[in-house]
Amino acid sequence: MKGAFLMTKAAKGGTALSRANQRRENIAGYLFMLPSLLFFVGFVIFPMGLCLFNSFFNYTMTDFSFVGLANYKELIADPIFRTALVNTIVIVLVSVPVTCVFSLWVASVIYKMHDRYTSLFRCIFYLPVVTGSVAVTVVWKWMFSPYTGILNYVFRSLGLISKNINWLGSPDYALGCIILILLTTSVGQPIVLYVSALSNVDHSLVEAAEVDGATNLQVFWKIKWPQIMPTTLYILVITTINSFQCFALIQLLTSGGPNNSTQTIMYYIYYNAFKLSRYGYGSAMGVILAAIIAVFSAMQFKLAKSDNG
Amino acid sequence: MSENIKAAPQVHHFKKPKSGNQDHSVHQVTVYQVLCVAALIIVALLFTFPLYWIITGSFKGPQAVNARVPVWFPTEPTLLNYEKLFEKPAFMWMFNTVFVCAMAMLFTCVAASMGGYALAKKRFTGRALIFSIFVCAMALPKQVILIPLLKEMAFLNLHNTLWAVILPTVGWPFGVFLMKQFSENIPTELLEAARIDGAGEVRTFTQIVFPMIKPGIGALAIFTFINTWNDYFLQLIMLNSTEVLTISLGIAKLQSEMSTDYGLIMAGAALGSIPIIVIFLMFQKFFTRGITMGAVKG
Repeated sequence: MKGAFLMTKAAKGGTALSRANQRRENIAGYLFMLPSLLFFVGFVIFPMGLCLFNSFFNYTMTDFSFVGLANYKELIADPIFRTALVNTIVIVLVSVPVTCVFSLWVASVIYKMHDRYTSLFRCIFYLPVVTGSVAVTVVWKWMFSPYTGILNYVFRSLGLISKNINWLGSPDYALGCIILILLTTSVGQPIVLYVSALSNVDHSLVEAAEVDGATNLQVFWKIKWPQIMPTTLYILVITTINSFQCFALIQLLTSGGPNNSTQTIMYYIYYNAFKLSRYGYGSAMGVILAAIIAVFSAMQFKLAKSDNG
Repeated sequence: MSENIKAAPQVHHFKKPKSGNQDHSVHQVTVYQVLCVAALIIVALLFTFPLYWIITGSFKGPQAVNARVPVWFPTEPTLLNYEKLFEKPAFMWMFNTVFVCAMAMLFTCVAASMGGYALAKKRFTGRALIFSIFVCAMALPKQVILIPLLKEMAFLNLHNTLWAVILPTVGWPFGVFLMKQFSENIPTELLEAARIDGAGEVRTFTQIVFPMIKPGIGALAIFTFINTWNDYFLQLIMLNSTEVLTISLGIAKLQSEMSTDYGLIMAGAALGSIPIIVIFLMFQKFFTRGITMGAVKG
């Protein structure tokens, strides 16, 4: 058995490892892993386990008692949680496709340009990410302001609106405003990824197709699109995760209001855990959020696979 | 408008293959392509506008800030906002931020380059399992673990210290993942040759591996620095007392305390974003490489 095990190892690695050498590799390997494993287990894995554990407790400033699934039952019945869930899904369903399509469009326009312009545009679209969520948020708050905001002024001058709108204070517009800002901060990374994916598309295939008289659209769908599929998949997953986690915008702009119209799961977790000190309840929500994200990511993998096949 | 003029020559490069070989098939620049570039320039200008508004806003006096008709450019620039800003402990906010970012960067680079090398090149038992746990953990929302993390930091007596932000940042698995991608490129023969020549593990790592993964470390360093600078949520949870606030928290505090003094808030936003933008522009190449390498396998 041991021999067979070593044989497969050898077949994989190319050279056979004697038992002494395997031991040496084990010791060296784990010693090199030690610092990162320590931090990873201590500050990621352990808290994750603790989060799951706490979700079964009524855990507040004064109380820590086992309640089984009571937190989860309360969640299902909680109307604000339902609103938060719906809003979060709306944010994801709007921002993910728009981010993907927009960044693919930008990337396909800029990747063929001279290097200097490609990197100029890449930088410009990455700027809102680097600027930081807080700085971006406070400037948008000013631009959206009902009295001194530039948006109201511009829209009024263009004749689009007749009087100033309190964008963030109105349940009709607030979520849309949040999504707009979120979009500006989420296209940077996908554009970088798409530019690099598009420049790696096999050029000879594209040329062959063009010689055969394929239109630009055909070249795109039949040749480029399948080749950038892995990138698209990755972008879908990271954008989904980011949209689910949208927090700073909500906390600094609307605090979930007006009338819970911008309440999201992430903000509601924060509100329960850190404002109301309901740690157990917040943990249960965190577990649900993690599960939802896992399901979404798995679905995207499935969809993309079947698309490709 | 000068943007337009600068961008004009790109039309000629439009279909030129990157390889640079003289391509004789001359492609016609279609109306569609021109429209695309025009639309792109407009969108790009809109993307830079918030930053423009932060910078110009920080030099506007109260009248210009509160004008009903927006002042597009501060004709009477004033340093008043910055004077007010530095009456607050803005220097300390900056110092704290730089300290947190630098420490997180240092520890992440050391731990991740060692771990990534081991995952890529050491055939130790359990390697595949550890790697898949790292990858799965990356897909989980890290904010979810903040509640137990806060308790953990309180238990370790680190809550309300800068280390409460630094340590979890180092633990995040992306760095190890990225450095594994870079370490894959080290030729195994080279490592074996070193071993046959009698070099120990440590020497192999410092003298052969390290020089080869330097570009990767550069990418990770800049990536960690920028992300830590902007990791508002973690800072918000871990740091409350005035002496440990970061610049992001400082700006948020300004906004909640004097929500209509936009000039002052913009000065804070400028202080919080300009340094990191400059760093980004300086190391842009490394950064782009980090993003693309980190995505190879997803």
